[in-house]
Amino acid sequence: MNLLTDSILVLLILASFLLLSSSRLSNCIKTVALQGMMVGVLPLAANDSLTCRVTAIALVIAGMKGIVFPYMLFRTLRESTTIKELKPYVGYTASMFAGVVSLVASFWLDSRLHLPVAASSRLVVPVAFSMMLTGIFLIVGRRTAVNQVIGYLVMENGIYTFGLAIVRDVPLLVELGVLMDMFMAVFVMGIAIYRINREFDHIDSDQLNTLKG
Amino acid sequence: MNLLLSAFIIFVGGSFLSLGLVKYPRVLRVVGPGSVVIGSVLGIQPVLSSLILGTCDFLQMPWQIPMGSMSIGIDPLSAIFAIAILFVSPLAAVFGAGYLKSFEDTHDLGKSWFFFNLLVASMLLVVLARNALLFLIAWEVMSLASFFLVVFEHERDSVRRAGWIYFIATHIGTAFLLVMFLLLGRHAGSLEFSTFFNCGLSSHLVSVVFVFAVIGFGTKAGFMPFHVWLPEAHPAAPSHVSALMSGVMIKTGIYGLLRTLTFLGCPPAWWGWTIIIIGVVSGICGVLFALAQHDIKRLLAYHSVENIGIIALGLGVGLLGVSHGNAVVAFLGFAGGLLHVVNHAVFKSLLFLGAGSVLHSAGTREIDHLGGLIKKMPLTATAFLIGSAAICGLPPLNGFVSEFFIYVGAFEGMSRDGLSSGAAIGGILAITALALIGGLAVACFTKAFGIVFLGEPRSKHCEHAHESCMSMRIPMVLLSLACVAMGLWGFFAFGVMSNVTSVLTSGLTFDPATCGLITPYQDVLLSVTLFALALIVVIGSLIFLRSWLMSGRIQQSAVTWDCGYLAPNSRMQYTASSFAQPITKFFRTFLQTKRYVSPPEGFFPKTASFSSETDDFYGEQVYKPTFNALESWLSRFRQIQHGQLNLYIMYIIIALVVLFVWKLR
Repeated sequence: MNLLTDSILVLLILASFLLLSSSRLSNCIKTVALQGMMVGVLPLAANDSLTCRVTAIALVIAGMKGIVFPYMLFRTLRESTTIKELKPYVGYTASMFAGVVSLVASFWLDSRLHLPVAASSRLVVPVAFSMMLTGIFLIVGRRTAVNQVIGYLVMENGIYTFGLAIVRDVPLLVELGVLMDMFMAVFVMGIAIYRINREFDHIDSDQLNTLKG
Repeated sequence: MNLLLSAFIIFVGGSFLSLGLVKYPRVLRVVGPGSVVIGSVLGIQPVLSSLILGTCDFLQMPWQIPMGSMSIGIDPLSAIFAIAILFVSPLAAVFGAGYLKSFEDTHDLGKSWFFFNLLVASMLLVVLARNALLFLIAWEVMSLASFFLVVFEHERDSVRRAGWIYFIATHIGTAFLLVMFLLLGRHAGSLEFSTFFNCGLSSHLVSVVFVFAVIGFGTKAGFMPFHVWLPEAHPAAPSHVSALMSGVMIKTGIYGLLRTLTFLGCPPAWWGWTIIIIGVVSGICGVLFALAQHDIKRLLAYHSVENIGIIALGLGVGLLGVSHGNAVVAFLGFAGGLLHVVNHAVFKSLLFLGAGSVLHSAGTREIDHLGGLIKKMPLTATAFLIGSAAICGLPPLNGFVSEFFIYVGAFEGMSRDGLSSGAAIGGILAITALALIGGLAVACFTKAFGIVFLGEPRSKHCEHAHESCMSMRIPMVLLSLACVAMGLWGFFAFGVMSNVTSVLTSGLTFDPATCGLITPYQDVLLSVTLFALALIVVIGSLIFLRSWLMSGRIQQSAVTWDCGYLAPNSRMQYTASSFAQPITKFFRTFLQTKRYVSPPEGFFPKTASFSSETDDFYGEQVYKPTFNALESWLSRFRQIQHGQLNLYIMYIIIALVVLFVWKLR
């Protein structure tokens, strides 16, 4: 089982790097969908005893993260006549480098952090941190609003993974709450992007500073 | 206690109810002020019984908030402030019902009544709170509610500006209070007031707490260097709100200061000196600036500063008495200061309501545009006259009684220990200042009453003036009666005040109320009461005599200034500025009045003009440069406020990561 968890975690990291280096929005959405699915099935791999409940939740989460959210993002992308390129503030090479630095930092954080319970795999906590940092980096370093939503999703994936490392079993109510939160967030952001697009003919968030007094 | 709690609940309930009644102005007109009246009537009985019988009551309920608890209590010190709140608030509310009628179409009165009720509730909670956190929350609600009441006419630039000045001033004050309570709380180990007494602060820290209390509470009360918000906010607010704020709300600052003093044990002499000097400065400068004003509500606001100065003089004399171990001086000083709190609440709210009545009917606050209103508004004029006489400290009205207490205390400080002692010098200072303040106040109110109500109308504004409606007249009548009644009350006030001062001196080595030294002064006050009564009888019989002599005779009325002028003109009258000119010229070093003169020139001069303007010295010379310098320094940080969403998020993240790494380091 441990091998399976570890390989999923490695794939998650690779997906993060792919996100950092890809230049097309549609690719980014696909990648984040893949990552979401992998995060969703992670409880199945981590748990030794598969119960019906855990399976159901894992499937729902994987479905949300892997299908529903990407679908909504694709629809937003289609409706807004945005440029499909990313136009990043930070170049792709530099982004990759930042990703590596964040991974190293995550391992350092893991070594300093004394968790009350042992994680299921030694990789879980660093990977979770690295995903959170990558998500934040995407929010800060990319220009379009869609990409910021993607960054947000990656950060959520990281938080979810971290939660999994700590509690192992998935508390139903908490998870549904988180899922609901995310659903609402993506929903609201989708609407917001749509509105911004309609008002300003673009969804470049850097142009919002023309609003300041 | 239950009655007080239910009064509090009615205030809060009334505030939310009036928020929901925005659509029904007729119901709102009754409910908004009605809840204030009902709550006050309910609450006044326990307050009175605590004040007269000297009983204390305490109630503690647990509260979710850490370090907080719903500790409320009443003792005579709280009661004397609560009585002012519960007496003036309903009258101001009833006045407001009439005053706000003309705003019904243009303004959201639901919000206005919401904040009014909230202000009354929070003021009551401030004087009842026995937990620092609860106190601060009530204090903050009070500040915010009054801020929103001040900016009622927010469509006017000047009102918004006044609102911001008040907002900033009150929060700077609160910042000092926060630090002060944290200091006390850290040493006491809890934020309950009961644990603060002698909580083991070093003598330096006690002084720091005292200074912070003076600044923090003094900002609310209007002590002279911190008074700048009063002359801005009071004119901007609707009149019933000014009456409540100036009459009652600023007194919560005095309450807070006194309550803090009860925590700090025996005061060193320099505390008394500080308060006396603040009193002298506030009193004299307050009345001088009042003399130079042209706006009647601004004038009244400066008189609030003056009266806070008188209160501070009383408290300072009391503190000096305590630190010199002179029980009589302590009692008389504190009693005079506290009695003046109640008296000022009564006559200042009366004057503000009178000014509101004038403003409502004539439509202007400029004294020089008014005139001759006594013929059109006889009741308002009489009420304003009574209030003016009371604020000047003239017998037989209430202002005299409290100032008399302070005078006697100051004289006692001089005569008891010989002229060389500290208390004696404080006494001399207080007497001189009080005498000067009294004289200048008489000059100022002669000007205000004379120019506004006597003579001929100076502009079109007051030609259509009319007496105000019933709901505006009744509060003025009641407050005038209270002024007279409390002038006769001095003898009876003696026992009540000894209850209050014994709270202030309870932690000390002696209690003036019980040691029997003060009883001779009761006889002095008895003679004050008797003489006041005699004076009223004389005045009454003179009025009766006049009407008796006048009856059956032919009366003629002519133009006021008709002594041989061919074509008398209302502009020939004295103006407010010209009336006050001899005094303002004498004190021009302090006032720095700006004069704009273009004198008549040539043999047939066509145009000439004169105008003068007196800005607040501290506002112009101290605060404006300070805040300008602060702004230009802080504007460097505008660069980080650039509007780039990404970078804002980055700031947050950098802060979080730095904290995280710092913790794990």
